[in-house]
Amino acid sequence: MTSLRAADIIFDTELYQTRILPVINASIMAVSKPRFFTTTKKGENYELRADLNSEYRDRRKDAIKKVIANMTVGKDVSGLFPDVLKNMQTDDLEQKKLVYLYLMNYAKTQPELVILAVNTFVKDTDDTNPLIRALAIRTMGCIRVEKIIDYLCEPLRKCLKDDNPYVRKTAAICVAKLYDLNPDLAIENGFVSILQDMVSDSNPMVVANAVTALAEIHEASSTKDIFVINTPTLTKLLVALNECTEWGRISILTALAEYKPVDYKEAEHAIERVIPQFQHANGSVVLSAIKVVMIYMRTIRNEELTKQLVRKLAPPLVTLLSSAPEVQYVALRNINIILQKRSDILQNEMRVFFCKYNDPPYVKMEKLEIMIKLANEKNVDQLLSELKEYASEVDVDFVRKSVRAIGQCAIKIDEASERCINVLLDLIDTKVNYVVQEAIVVIKDIFRKYPHKYEGIIPVLCQNLDALDEPEAKASLIWIIGEYAERIENADELIVSFLDTFRDENSQVELQLVTATVKLFLKKPQSTKNIVQRVLQYATTECDNPDIRDRAYIYWRLLSTDPQAAKAVVLSEKPPISVQSNNISGSLLEDLISNISTLASVYHKPPETFLGKGRFGADAVQRRAIEEQEEASRESPIQAQTKSNIENLLDLDFSDPSTLTTSPISTASGSSAPTANVDDLLDLFSGSNITTSPGQSSSTHQNNNLSNDLVSLF
Amino acid sequence: MISAFFIYNQKGEVLISRLYRQDLKRSVADIFRIQVISNTDVRSPIITLGSTSFFHVRHENLYIVAVTKCNANAALVFEFCYRLINIGKAYFGKLDEEAVKNNFVLVYELLDEILDFGYPQNSETETLKLYITTEGVKSERALKEDSSKITIQATGATSWRRSDIKYRKNEAFIDVIESINLLMSTTGTILRADVSGQIMMRAYLSGTPECKFGLNDKLLLEKDTSQKGGSRKTTNAVEIDDCQFHQCVKLGKFDSDRTISFVPPDGEFELMRYRTTENVNLPFRVHPVVNEIGKSRVEYRITVKANFSQKLYANNVLIRIPTPLNTANINLRAAAGKAKYVPAENSIVWKINRFQGQSEVTLSGEAELSAMTIKKAWSRPPISMDFQVLMFTSSGLLVRFLKVFEKSNYTSVKWVRYMTKAGSYQVRF
Repeated sequence: MTSLRAADIIFDTELYQTRILPVINASIMAVSKPRFFTTTKKGENYELRADLNSEYRDRRKDAIKKVIANMTVGKDVSGLFPDVLKNMQTDDLEQKKLVYLYLMNYAKTQPELVILAVNTFVKDTDDTNPLIRALAIRTMGCIRVEKIIDYLCEPLRKCLKDDNPYVRKTAAICVAKLYDLNPDLAIENGFVSILQDMVSDSNPMVVANAVTALAEIHEASSTKDIFVINTPTLTKLLVALNECTEWGRISILTALAEYKPVDYKEAEHAIERVIPQFQHANGSVVLSAIKVVMIYMRTIRNEELTKQLVRKLAPPLVTLLSSAPEVQYVALRNINIILQKRSDILQNEMRVFFCKYNDPPYVKMEKLEIMIKLANEKNVDQLLSELKEYASEVDVDFVRKSVRAIGQCAIKIDEASERCINVLLDLIDTKVNYVVQEAIVVIKDIFRKYPHKYEGIIPVLCQNLDALDEPEAKASLIWIIGEYAERIENADELIVSFLDTFRDENSQVELQLVTATVKLFLKKPQSTKNIVQRVLQYATTECDNPDIRDRAYIYWRLLSTDPQAAKAVVLSEKPPISVQSNNISGSLLEDLISNISTLASVYHKPPETFLGKGRFGADAVQRRAIEEQEEASRESPIQAQTKSNIENLLDLDFSDPSTLTTSPISTASGSSAPTANVDDLLDLFSGSNITTSPGQSSSTHQNNNLSNDLVSLF
Repeated sequence: MISAFFIYNQKGEVLISRLYRQDLKRSVADIFRIQVISNTDVRSPIITLGSTSFFHVRHENLYIVAVTKCNANAALVFEFCYRLINIGKAYFGKLDEEAVKNNFVLVYELLDEILDFGYPQNSETETLKLYITTEGVKSERALKEDSSKITIQATGATSWRRSDIKYRKNEAFIDVIESINLLMSTTGTILRADVSGQIMMRAYLSGTPECKFGLNDKLLLEKDTSQKGGSRKTTNAVEIDDCQFHQCVKLGKFDSDRTISFVPPDGEFELMRYRTTENVNLPFRVHPVVNEIGKSRVEYRITVKANFSQKLYANNVLIRIPTPLNTANINLRAAAGKAKYVPAENSIVWKINRFQGQSEVTLSGEAELSAMTIKKAWSRPPISMDFQVLMFTSSGLLVRFLKVFEKSNYTSVKWVRYMTKAGSYQVRF
């Protein structure tokens, strides 16, 4: 027992040390161990101060390292500012960099003292060593203190004209930093126009950084006239494209994507120069090149050429699937967009989207989406056997989505519906609880699409009644029972079996029970009078949910005033359903294509919906959304209301809970249907305030503001 | 672009924190720890909270995290995270908590160099190593003399190569490494078979050599024969679906006439990657017979046959055969190699160190199951294989030539090796 306690103590002190010094050089660790316990008296900063002012060079340097280590773990070491600053003037480049790193972090807390550093900076920008010149100008740009800006202008002007391209490319970015801090100063001093000239620099990397800086300034400027590409610049950019680094290529490609070619000839020429980038090893270069080609293709009139280009787009897209999983994920989300624009692009490539057993879940989910998009008569057999295989995996969410995908196949491809039903029956046979439930939900949709075709399987479904414990599955089965009441001998018994627990059911199930009972009554009036009365009685008197109560009242009145009318309304033909493979509206789709490879393309949402300048921006988005919604309902109040009522009456709310709630965001963008779409992932993520792609469900929007506030608090 | 960059350990402690822009505060690091590291159900590598987006990649025992507040280029951010990992590996051998802690100063230096105001800059390891070194003193001396040269190289058109390289013996080694991916259905039909290949080159060549590289690429050979008007059949040619090159390769030239020409970096680098799906030679065939007898027993009989030439052999063959979760005991009889049951992985691991071409081996066994209350059927994960076969390419790809042109006209020696290894080689049963 005692030995154990001793071990515990050792472990404890170790833990303590690692907590205090998680980042520390091994060599310092050795030295600092004995010192560690003595520091408790006068404080660590006191010790560090002494070391920073030590006469020994090594000791000073080690102390700086320790300061940086403390800074990293979030300890406040701003009090050591003057002492660290003293170590700035040194020949040791490593030490200089460390001091600069410290300066960048704490300059704001000690604006008065930063002035002391200016001299060294200015001197460094004159150093014979270009690396030091660049380092000085790079760091100066990061010190965001008003006082230092006045001293920045002269060195920056010099560096922009430096003989050395490394210094020039660093200075180019520095202009963007200065603009961010003080736009007027950057323009008045002519830095922005120097930057515009630098697009013609002889060094490709300088060109790339100038483009990067200009694009950022352009974006931030109110006038939007900083960086406008014309035909001569286009030529220059295309030349630089082949010679600069991978990251530079992305900057240039991103700039090209903003340009609108004057005619189809220019577009063709540019595309020709961009296409070789499809072979680049860096996946983000490939995606950026694809973006440019997709955008410029809008200008091309020659259909033969368009076909050729579409063919050329396929291989690089497939190759992206062998990159790291995170890059794959971005690629898959983008392929999803590209497929909605050019559905013929990957027609024969479905196999490459088959899930590997060890793919991360987010990749598997996206692959499923794409497989459904690519499904056709030819490959559906293969797809079905694949989906059946997935349905036996362990990840419940993935299994559910796979089962759902089988249903989508059935709805999409008429010829395959029977095979899909068979696969679903096999799955129901496995008796795995969640598989059975999901299958029943899906079969309900298949019944909607192909009425009076597969009623034969209803008995099999009813056998699984006891296994159902999820509202959606229960509601689905009840819907089926109500819809086909005339063919199910014991329909009344089945309905009655649910009534005993009516009180405990989810409102979705309750709504369905009310409707199904009314249907049953209309179909078999003699035997079910008692049941319908019991249900309506209960729903109108004891139920708290207004939706259920209202629906029951409407049914009751309909039934009591005109049973024929009730029949016409309740048993009317339902509009056909189709699988929404293209779930993004036209204008949003074009917007997303312009945003290929960016966050917007991952979320399938226009950037303004998840960005905004701080929390005020997010608030503004919501305010605008609410206003627009109000406006919309003012314009057509009757339409809006009747629509939702009819939906209730006709059971249209059945397909997915998320279709019911119209997201305020999507109304703002003028595309309510597409974003609030049957995106099963939506359901997975809503409820927590983490917005995880692919898309915030409408309900998380509120939370968003909350968490945004949280973010701004810190 | 990228506003902040963090490296965390598994516990969520910040090891590296670097802010590039002022739109964030340092404490944003805590939000990631709370929302992602302490959250057990994270299902996306990208998370947006308010208007702040976190991109994360897990590597060894680290979280590599980039934070942005704009509509950032997501592919770029992830590629950059992986680039940082590769740079870390090149510098420290392995990028894990230990390496980051021991070299945190260097990591900060690197982050300062490869990311400016959130925009990625030159990230070529070869060039970085010239002026950011593990021994600070050495770099000082080097800087005084070569800094101009270094900066020219870091921004130049061949930023990957120094100009003053000299070797007494000029050599180039080419390794063709193919990973074969297979997915076979329960009925034995091939659902997916493709090869992703990698051509690694180790170039020890003096001066500024211009290299030309030729493969038995079907498109290229067909064009050649049609130009010459010959009717020579190109039966041995390989149809490459797609390929990607190291940035030293002139992409424009490949696009116009499919020649691969480049000035190589010094030392080892990945020249190209490629993908083929046509006529893939499967090195191994697996015939699994797995029967569940009642609820208490599973019978296995797995036969593996090597399909490649008798003269070749495979190394380190490893076959993983999944077993039900409630396996109590297993009896195994392997005709070759060693097979044992590994309860922690829920599988039988069968190792064969040397597997002769054209030979066939069988493993038979029985698993006894303990009684379980849960009704759920066994999900039967696929059998997976691991192996290496030397001097064999599944795609049939061959290197036809490597020509080196240099001003001084030296002769150079070239070597080629081939290897096929298992990528994701899975057989369902």
